[in-house]
Amino acid sequence: MEANKIYPDPLQVREELIQRYPSKVAKKRAKSIIVNDPEIIPEVQANVRTVPGIITQRGCSYAGCKGVVLGPTRDIVNIVHGPIGCSFYAWLTRRNQTRTESLMDANYIPYCFSTDMQEENVVFGGEKKLKIAIQEAYDLFHPKSIAIFSTCPVGLIGDDVHAASKEMREKFGDCNVFGFSCEGYRGVSQSAGHHIANNGVFKHMVGRNNTPSEGKFKLNLLGEYNIGGDAFEIERIFDKVGITLVSSFSGNSTVSQIENAHTADLNVILCHRSINYMGDMMETKYGIPWMKVNFVGAESTAKSLRKIAEYFGDEELKAKVEEVIAEEMPRVKAIIEEILPRTTGKTAMLFVGGSRAHHYQDLFSELGMTTVAAGYEFAHRDDYEGRDVLPKIKVDADSKNIEELKVLPDPELYNPRKTEAELEALKEKGLEINGYSGMMKQMTKKSLVVDDLSHYESEKLIEIYKPDIFCAGIKEKYVVQKMGIPLKQLHSYDYGGPYTGFEGAVNFYKDIDRMVNNPVWKLIKAPWQKAAATNGKSKGLEASYVTQ
Amino acid sequence: MLLRHTSKEVKEREGLTINPAKTCQPIGAMYAALGIHGCLPHSHGSQGCCSYHRSTLTRHYKEPVMAATSSFTEGASVFGGQANLLAAIETIFSVYEPDIIAVHSTCLSETIGDDLQQITRKARDDGKIPEGKHVIFASTPSFIGSHVTGYSNMLTGIAEQFAVSTGAKKNQINIIAGWMEPSDMREIKLLSKKLGIKIVLFPDTSDVLDAPQTGKHVFYPKGGTTVSELQSTGDSLFSLALGSISAEPAAIALEKKCKVGFETLDIPIGLTATDRFIMKMSEVANVSVPDEITEERGRLVDVMADMEQYFYGKRVALFGDPDQLLPLTEFLLDLNMKPVHIVSGTPGQRFEKQMRQLLDQRSPETNFRNGLQADMFLLHQWMKNDPVDLLIGNTYGKYMARDEDVPFIRFGFPILDRIGHSYFPNVGYSGSLRLVEKILSALMDRQDRDALEEKFELVM
Repeated sequence: MEANKIYPDPLQVREELIQRYPSKVAKKRAKSIIVNDPEIIPEVQANVRTVPGIITQRGCSYAGCKGVVLGPTRDIVNIVHGPIGCSFYAWLTRRNQTRTESLMDANYIPYCFSTDMQEENVVFGGEKKLKIAIQEAYDLFHPKSIAIFSTCPVGLIGDDVHAASKEMREKFGDCNVFGFSCEGYRGVSQSAGHHIANNGVFKHMVGRNNTPSEGKFKLNLLGEYNIGGDAFEIERIFDKVGITLVSSFSGNSTVSQIENAHTADLNVILCHRSINYMGDMMETKYGIPWMKVNFVGAESTAKSLRKIAEYFGDEELKAKVEEVIAEEMPRVKAIIEEILPRTTGKTAMLFVGGSRAHHYQDLFSELGMTTVAAGYEFAHRDDYEGRDVLPKIKVDADSKNIEELKVLPDPELYNPRKTEAELEALKEKGLEINGYSGMMKQMTKKSLVVDDLSHYESEKLIEIYKPDIFCAGIKEKYVVQKMGIPLKQLHSYDYGGPYTGFEGAVNFYKDIDRMVNNPVWKLIKAPWQKAAATNGKSKGLEASYVTQ
Repeated sequence: MLLRHTSKEVKEREGLTINPAKTCQPIGAMYAALGIHGCLPHSHGSQGCCSYHRSTLTRHYKEPVMAATSSFTEGASVFGGQANLLAAIETIFSVYEPDIIAVHSTCLSETIGDDLQQITRKARDDGKIPEGKHVIFASTPSFIGSHVTGYSNMLTGIAEQFAVSTGAKKNQINIIAGWMEPSDMREIKLLSKKLGIKIVLFPDTSDVLDAPQTGKHVFYPKGGTTVSELQSTGDSLFSLALGSISAEPAAIALEKKCKVGFETLDIPIGLTATDRFIMKMSEVANVSVPDEITEERGRLVDVMADMEQYFYGKRVALFGDPDQLLPLTEFLLDLNMKPVHIVSGTPGQRFEKQMRQLLDQRSPETNFRNGLQADMFLLHQWMKNDPVDLLIGNTYGKYMARDEDVPFIRFGFPILDRIGHSYFPNVGYSGSLRLVEKILSALMDRQDRDALEEKFELVM
C-alpha cells in the first residue's frame, strides 16, 4: 500500500501517540504500537494489563464468559451471582439472535437472572441465597441447564459456586447445573472469560450426548455468536451445500446440540481468540481437527467453503460448493461493481475484538478500501503474529490465574478423523489445520498495529490519518462521529447485519457506501460558518485537549 | 412470544431476581459526575464496570460518555487498589487534563475495603494532583440500593467536597436535581429564568449529554456545573432538592456543612408537582409568578380538560425509579387515569411510605412493590392477571408490551431504542404537555388500529 507515501512516517506517528504519557506509561505503550512488516512480522505486546486511567475499550472476564460465549445459547438459564448490575448490563445488549423451532421451545435469552447480592450476602456469604435462586429458577422453568456466573465480590468472599452447582445438580437429577469462576478482575480483559467459558462448556456440556449425528459432512461452527443473524446466513449456505451443522458455539445454539458436538468430524473456527481452546481440547479428547475459516467477506466465504470441501475430500461436495459459489457470486459482483467507484481508495481503521479487526479487512479490501491501522481490544500475540509464536509467549501472573485444563484422549470416544499424513497433506494444500497465521501477515507494510488502543491514541490517529471510516464499538461511536467521521460498530453492527456470507457481504458493502458517502457529513458547518471558513478562520479537524 | 416462560401464577421468590427494574450504584455516580464541568468520572474497580456503564449511558444518550477505570486485576483485588488508583490519577491528569476527577467505588473495591478518602489524600500528599485540580470521591457499593442510590451518593460527595461557606450570603438558590435528563435540567433553568431567580443547578448534564455536532469532539463539553458555582452553593440562601431519594441527601449534606436550609420537593413532572415547584420557588425567592408561566400552565390544563374522555379510567402499569414514579403516578391520577400496577427495584422505606400515602388517598387498590424481587417479571405476571391499557417504563418494557399487545411509552432509564428524552423534557408544564401528548397518541393510535371499520373516527 501507499501508506508511507500519503502519511507521515509511522514511527513518527508512534512517537506522537505516546509523547504525552508519563514516561513509564509511554515505555509500556510503545511496545503495543507497532509498524507492520508482513515479511518479518514484528512482536506486538498484547494481552497485558491495561494502564489504569488511560481510557481503554476493554471490559472484564465476566463479559467474555457470560456475555460472549454462554449468552447466545437459548435454553440455558444463566444466573449471575452478584450485585444486580452485572446481569443487567449483559441483558440483551449483544444482539445474539436465536430462532426456536416452535413457540413451545425454550428461549431464555430475553430474560435476565440475578441473585441481586445484598450487603448481608457479602458479609455473611451468598451461597445460601444462590442455592435458593437456583431452586426457584428450577421450580419456575424446569430448564435443561442452569449456569452460574461469578462476579467480582463472589471470588473475594469465597462463595463456592461449583459446590453449590454440584449440590443442586445432584438434587434435581434432570437439570445440569454448573458454575463459572469468571470474576471481573480475572485476567486483563474479556479474553480471560472466554478461556474460562471454554473450560466450563468443555467440562460440563460437550460429550454428554453420544447419539450419533446424521449427515455425511458434519462440522461444528466455533466462535460464531449470531450477532445480527450472522449464523443464520452461514446456516443457509451450509444447507445449500449439504454440510450438516452439528452444533454452533454458540450462536443460535441449544444445550443438546453442544452436548452432541463431539460427534462432528471437523471444527471450523471463526473467532480464534474466543474459542481456540475448545478446538484444541476437542482435538485432543475426541480427535476432531479444527480449521481456521472466515465467513466475513464474499471471497473469504467462497475460500472457506472450498477449504471445508477440501478437508472432507469429497468430489461431489467440491462440485456442490462450486455450484453454490457460482450461484451466489453474480449478485454480489453486480452490487460491488456498482458501489466500488464510490469506495475505492478510501481508508479504514479497525480497533475491535479479538478477530473482527482482522476479518473485516477482507470486506474493506473487497470495497477497494485500505486498512491503514488496526488492532484488537483483547487479543493475544498469536492473533496478531500467528500461532507459530505460541511457544514464545511468556505466561505472566495474570494468565497463570486462568486454569489450563489437562485434557487426555477419551478412552472410548477418541477417534482421529484424519491420519497425521492426511493432515499434513491438507496443510500442504494451504488449509489452516489447527493453525492460524494472524492479522499482521495480511496487513500491508508500514500499516500501524496498535493493541488495546486508548482513547487518546484513537483521537490522535484520527487527527493524523483522517480515515474515511473508523470501526470500533459503542463507547467510541459518537466520539468519532463528533469528529465528522462515520463509525461502524463491529460488535453490534449498528443494529444491522448480517455481515457474514454472501448476503452479509452485500449488506456490508451497502452500509459502508451509505456511511462514507452520507451527505450529512457535509452539513456539519452552518452556512455562516462556511463563509467564515473561506476567510481563513477554519481550523479543521482537531481534538479539544490537543493544545499544541 | 418473547417472554414465553412468564407464567400467570405469581410465586413469592427470595433468591432470584428476574428482569430487574433497577441497576447498580456506580452508573448513577458516573451520570451525576458528568453533570460537573470539566469532570472525568473514574470507576475504581474492574474494567468491566466502567465499560458497561459507559456503554449503557452511550446507548441512552447517543453521545460520547468519557470515564476512566482503575483496571483491577487479581493482584489489585488481593493487595488493594491503592496503587492502581494512584497510577490512574497520574495518567489522567497528564493525558486528559480534567479539572476534576470524580472517583466512585464498585462492589469489588468496597468488598476489599479500599478507603477512597485515604487514597485521594495520599494522592494529594504525593503531589499527584496538580495545583487547582480536584479529586473527589463517593462510596457507591453495588450491593446496596440501586443506580439511584449511586447518583445520590455522588451528589452528596460533590456537595460535601466543594461547598464552601464564606459567611457572605449570595442571592441565589441551589437546585439539586434528582435523576433527570439534560432536557429536564434545561427546562428547570428556563423556568427559573422566567421566574427571575438566580439558581445554581447541580448536577447539570445539559450541554454535556446533548452536545451539538460541530465536527469536533470536545472532551469536556461546555455544560456542567462549574467548580466555582459548586463552591458558591455554601453561600446560597436556600436549597431545593428535587427528589427525596436522589437529591435530598445532598441537601442535607449542604445544610450540615454550610447551614444552607433546604426543602425537598418532587421532581416537577405533571401539573401538581410543577405547581408545588413554582409555588415554592416564588415563595423562597419572594417573586411573583409571571403571566408567561401561568399561561403555560393554562395550556396544559386546557388539553387535560379538552381531551379528558380519552384518559378516563385507562389502566396503566408503570415501572422505574422512585423520584420519577411518584410525580408520574400523581399526574396519571390528575388525568383521571388508573395506575394499576407499580414496580420499582429501588429499595427504601421512605419511597414505599410516600407512594403508599399517595395511593391510599387516591387509588388504594393499586398493586405496588419496591425493593428486592420487585422486578419486571413480577410486573408482567401482574399484567397477565389484571390487564392494562398502557405500559410506561424504560426500553426493556417493550418485550412485555409486545407480548401483551399493550401500548407502550418509554419513560425513565435506560431508553436504548428511541431518541427524544435528552432533547424534550418531562418536567414543568411544557414537559408535562409533552407527556400528555405521548399518552394520548399511544392510546389513540391503538384505538385507530383496533377500531372496526364502521367505528373508525376521522375526528377525535
